[in-house]
Amino acid sequence: MFELLGIPPQALFGQIMLGLINGAFYAMLSLGLAVIFGLLNIINFAHGALYMVGAFTAWFLLQYLGIGYWGALLLAPILVGAFGVVIERTMLRHLYKLDHLYGLLLTFGLALVIQGLFQNKFGSSGQPYAIPSVLQGGQNLGFMFFPNYRAWVVVASLGMCLATWYVIERTKLGSYLRAATENPTLVQAFGINVPRMIMLTYGFGVGLAAFAGVLAAPIYQVSPLMGADLIIVVFAVVVIGGMGSILGSIITGFTLGIVEGLTKVFYPEASNIVIFVIMAIVLLLKPAGLFGRTA
Amino acid sequence: MTDAAARLTPEVEADALLAVRGLHAWYGESHVLHGVDFEIGSGEVVTLLGRNGAGKTTTLKSIMGIIDARKGSIRFDGTELIGLPSNRIARLGLGFVPEERGIFASLSVEENLLLPPEVRPGGLSLETIYELFPNLRERLYSQGTKLSGGEQQMLAIARILRTGARLLLLDEPTEGLAPVIVQQIGRTIRRLKEQGFTILLVEQNFHFAATIADRHYIMEHGRVVDMMADADLSARQAELQAYLGV
Ligand SMILES: Nc1ncnc2c1ncn2[C@@H]1O[C@H](COP(=O)(O)OP(=O)(O)O)[C@@H](O)[C@H]1O
Ligand SMILES: [Mg+2]
Repeated sequence: MFELLGIPPQALFGQIMLGLINGAFYAMLSLGLAVIFGLLNIINFAHGALYMVGAFTAWFLLQYLGIGYWGALLLAPILVGAFGVVIERTMLRHLYKLDHLYGLLLTFGLALVIQGLFQNKFGSSGQPYAIPSVLQGGQNLGFMFFPNYRAWVVVASLGMCLATWYVIERTKLGSYLRAATENPTLVQAFGINVPRMIMLTYGFGVGLAAFAGVLAAPIYQVSPLMGADLIIVVFAVVVIGGMGSILGSIITGFTLGIVEGLTKVFYPEASNIVIFVIMAIVLLLKPAGLFGRTA
Repeated sequence: MTDAAARLTPEVEADALLAVRGLHAWYGESHVLHGVDFEIGSGEVVTLLGRNGAGKTTTLKSIMGIIDARKGSIRFDGTELIGLPSNRIARLGLGFVPEERGIFASLSVEENLLLPPEVRPGGLSLETIYELFPNLRERLYSQGTKLSGGEQQMLAIARILRTGARLLLLDEPTEGLAPVIVQQIGRTIRRLKEQGFTILLVEQNFHFAATIADRHYIMEHGRVVDMMADADLSARQAELQAYLGV
């Protein structure tokens, strides 16, 4: 068996694959945060909790209604997105004119409440969720074994990210969103119902987190704190990519996942902190982030 | 009707497209409009003249519903606008060109042009708009804010001509522009008038205003204090200069 830089290829490609999977989740979650921040001016700290709610919704749907993975992949984002719309209507909309800090505090509090409720009911242990039957097994690529489900996660999240990017950058609806991000007052004075657009955008961003949660359910266990750990890293990704940049959050998400994977191979001690080290360096050199618009 | 309104707006009373009565407006605690009265007949071009800070921009923003803290009455084609949000007001057929132009940097020229939705049938076709503003057609795929100041102003006007709006509110469209561009905007406004658009024009440049408007309202300290027909303008030159402090 050949080796690369003294590393067995199974280990190297195995870690790159794990990094790609993590990157897929970073990308989907930071994309949702970017869309929400752009239009609502709110740093949605509840994002990790809503990702967890997405995974639990898939679990509930299976447990109580017998609805399987594919149904959940469609329904969970819609249900959690609707929950997001309720949060926006009843709470967030009162904060738009205030400093970012208020939105951050409110959503942070919401995350604690949501996670607390789930922990109260389910403890901290995880609930298993099976890989759907068509995606069981994997491909032997010769130098490594690639599980089908993980390949699907990468494809699905990349597809979702690119579709979102396309809608925002290349369609009429996207031009409304971009314009409203710059000057909501004027967009509304052209006859567009901006408050409704803001509401639906929050619902969409939150639905994207739930979609990621369903994708994650078969890989990680479905547990109340599954989003709490992830969201901290995702915020670092957002800071590195530049708050509010759509393409930036997608590229940065995938890239940092892979960087993290490679660090596990070459210098495992640093793998848990490498993203934060990169964040510190980016903040020093380019405070608006790699893709951020300088204010 | 207040006394001022009776004195200022006798002749177009019957078929006024827009009638503003006793309009008050606030920015937070700060009371800026103190009972503005004026009106515009269908097909007229009317200006609001006045010094900086007189309340002209605030009047336009109150009509558009961009300023929500407002009282009094603003009737457009029989519909009361006070209390309506700006998107509903736009849908009745009002088009707004803000003082700062409001071209979106993250949109191309074409996207900027196509952004405002059609609110009523009868807007100008893209062909007619490109004929009015040939520069825009050449720059369709540039970033909106890469245009020159004059081109941005044309884009800001062009994009509300497509929508079918009948009343156009233009806030200082000539501000800071070169004389040739000012002339082009003047020609455009005259053409729009021929096409039947009704235009409320805010201006500091009364030489420009005098070339295109039917009537002029003078604003001072948040009120309309006088009205001059365009025909009387030369006879009342001294008065006007005193109002404007020029
Ligand atoms: N956003 C604002 N907040 C508080 N006061 C304002 C604001 N905009 C304008 N004003 C005040 O309202 C008054 C009228 O302003 P404006 O309508 O812009 O005048 P004009 O367009 O005639 O120059 C001025 O005294 C101005 O200082
Ligand atoms: Mg002004």
